[in-house]
Amino acid sequence: MERQDYERLRWRCIRRALLELDITLTRFLDDGFDQLSDAEQRVFVELADMEDHDLWYLLSGKTECDDPRFAPLVAKIRKS
Amino acid sequence: MSIPVLKFDAVIVGAGGAGLRSAIQLSEAGLKTAVLSKVFPTRSHTVAAQGGVAASLGNSEEDHWTWHMYDTVKGSDWLGDQDAIEFMCKKANEVVVELEHYGMPFDRTDNGKIYQRPFGGHMSNFGEKPVRRSCAAADRTGHAMLHAMYQRNVKANTQFFVEWMALDLIRDEEGHVLGVTAMEMETGQIVIFHARATIFATGGAGRIFYSSTNAFINTGDGLGMAARAGIPLEDMEFWQFHPTGVAGAGVLITEGVRGEGGILRNSSKERFMERYAPNAKDLASRDVVSRAMATEIKEGRGCGVNKDYVLLDITHLDPATIMKRLPGIHEIGLQFAGVDCLKEPLPVVPTCHYQMGGIPTHYSGRVVVPKNGDANTIVPGFYAGGECACASVHGANRLGTNSLLDLLVFGKSAGDSAVEDLKAGKAHRDLPKDVADKTLARIAALDNRKGGANVHETRLAMQRTMQDHAGVFRFGDMLKQGVEKILEVEKAARQLEIKDKSMAWNTARTEALEMENLIEVAKATMISAEARKESRGAHVRDDAPDTAEFPNGRNDKEWLKHTLFSPVDNSISYKPVNMQPLTVEAVALKTRSY
Ligand SMILES: Cc1cc2nc3c(=O)[nH]c(=O)nc-3n(C[C@H](O)[C@H](O)[C@H](O)COP(=O)(O)OP(=O)(O)OC[C@H]3O[C@@H](n4cnc5c(N)ncnc54)[C@H](O)[C@@H]3O)c2cc1C
Repeated sequence: MERQDYERLRWRCIRRALLELDITLTRFLDDGFDQLSDAEQRVFVELADMEDHDLWYLLSGKTECDDPRFAPLVAKIRKS
Repeated sequence: MSIPVLKFDAVIVGAGGAGLRSAIQLSEAGLKTAVLSKVFPTRSHTVAAQGGVAASLGNSEEDHWTWHMYDTVKGSDWLGDQDAIEFMCKKANEVVVELEHYGMPFDRTDNGKIYQRPFGGHMSNFGEKPVRRSCAAADRTGHAMLHAMYQRNVKANTQFFVEWMALDLIRDEEGHVLGVTAMEMETGQIVIFHARATIFATGGAGRIFYSSTNAFINTGDGLGMAARAGIPLEDMEFWQFHPTGVAGAGVLITEGVRGEGGILRNSSKERFMERYAPNAKDLASRDVVSRAMATEIKEGRGCGVNKDYVLLDITHLDPATIMKRLPGIHEIGLQFAGVDCLKEPLPVVPTCHYQMGGIPTHYSGRVVVPKNGDANTIVPGFYAGGECACASVHGANRLGTNSLLDLLVFGKSAGDSAVEDLKAGKAHRDLPKDVADKTLARIAALDNRKGGANVHETRLAMQRTMQDHAGVFRFGDMLKQGVEKILEVEKAARQLEIKDKSMAWNTARTEALEMENLIEVAKATMISAEARKESRGAHVRDDAPDTAEFPNGRNDKEWLKHTLFSPVDNSISYKPVNMQPLTVEAVALKTRSY
């Protein structure tokens, strides 16, 4: 990912409306994101674009992830 | 270097609840209005508010704004200004119904009215029994509120500058406020927003503490900008804490955990609440529990390498009960403490939640400062609302659901006052020649400094100092040391160094600029807290205990007054509390007990 794109993504992950997401996404960017394939990184950008409550419910397991594109990534973030 | 100038009638910094509410007033009055935000508006921290917004609609049972006013004055431990409190409580129904008209999907009763539920501290008939006053939209009240107001603004042609960070307030020699300097994050370019009215709605600054429920965005930028422009900060010693946040993370653990039988333990596994509250034990009130936790930590009985947290133990409870009655707690433990709470206790610590103080404002939303003997002189062109402002309605402690009300009422009144002042005429005043010099110098210093302080380390030093020395329960000697320590941290914060010098999306630079704001708030808090030698509301000192002469440690003879911290020379002055409501009789001083 280009530096600019990464830094834009980073800002949008480390300044969320919910503290839970700030912590979870920052942690994943710091040690997990690098190991994703280019395609997975693009999916992550889409995931990070979700509304805060919806995303947190997915990442905390409160709602099932029924989108097959997101599910493997959600599982990785939950494990990180 | 010539810097682009954008001209607006009004510039609003902040697109959370307060900023969006102000913007509606201005744009709908036909004024050219810009709203700046570090994030997309519906990512503002108002989204996190789930509990609801208070209004004495009386939909579920009898209620009256005077009862709400009484509760708010009492909650504030009589430090709230009674004119502002009357103004807010009386306006509550109007602003909530307006929101409904903007399309806010409030929960409803069977007959279609806004459904209301009870919330701590809100009572009927002047403190008699709990009343249902909180209006919510499922568990997304703040989020739904922002959506409704954002849409309304789009319709009204408010111009949004998203992912822009305001950096400094522009004031001329006579003290008039003329706008802000700001940075577009995508390009790193600095731009001047030249305005006839400037409204701050930048939210809280809870990130000054090590443990905070606030999202990372709450860095007190509005307070930092105001302080750098010589505006004093009011009542900064008052911060509301929650007894149980996950140590190190801040994520809230509901009080329901203790309700279900959770037990607090210290480093020797002792159930210490038995010593502090032999009857209620772990179910004692919030303040009693927080104080006990802080005392255990201060006296060296905390856990972990730094001995800076205690344990919340639910391992003796039936796992099935935990999963059923406390949904989410298991996940929170795993994600934020790395602990399986069914097998091991959770590390917890009293955690900062809400900032009661802020930029001093009149209830009209106009910023007021002391000048020539008048404590409340208007700063022309400057307005503030929401958590960054101090109207002061929350005084020494805020009631839950009153802050969403605060941002609606005072967001709106700041907007109305700006419209009124702008309609009265007056063209843009000339920008001072050195308009952006200070901002440019700050940025250049960051970019050029070698061997300076690291941003993350400096922030951590500040947060630890605040947590240890000005936490939920305060000790005279610790506060004194805290002042020295925070002034040391300030030196580092004035010498920050960043490695990344790029223009576009330089998050390191943005975080350094946020740090320069945080330190202003931290310093104001520590110095104001050290100076106030009584206990009142959320400011509780070990050396101002509960006595017959001073119940709860509160000393009205000497301390019934607002603190004003002057950032110019770190000095403190005071101004009287307004005890005179607008139309009703004052709520007379009494000991606060629930
Ligand atoms: C977990 C949690 C739950 C809560 N629940 C409730 C509740 O149920 N009921 C209740 O009444 N209160 C609640 N509160 C408190 C309440 O949510 C806040 O006090 C309130 O939302 C603050 O709103 P605001 O508009 O002042 O600021 P925010 O919503 O924080 O918005 C601040 C805005 O300013 C912008 N900004 C900041 N600095 C800059 C800058 N330098 N340049 C450009 N833009 C900037 C941000 O981008 C953002 O748009 C809760 C708080 C928390 C932390």
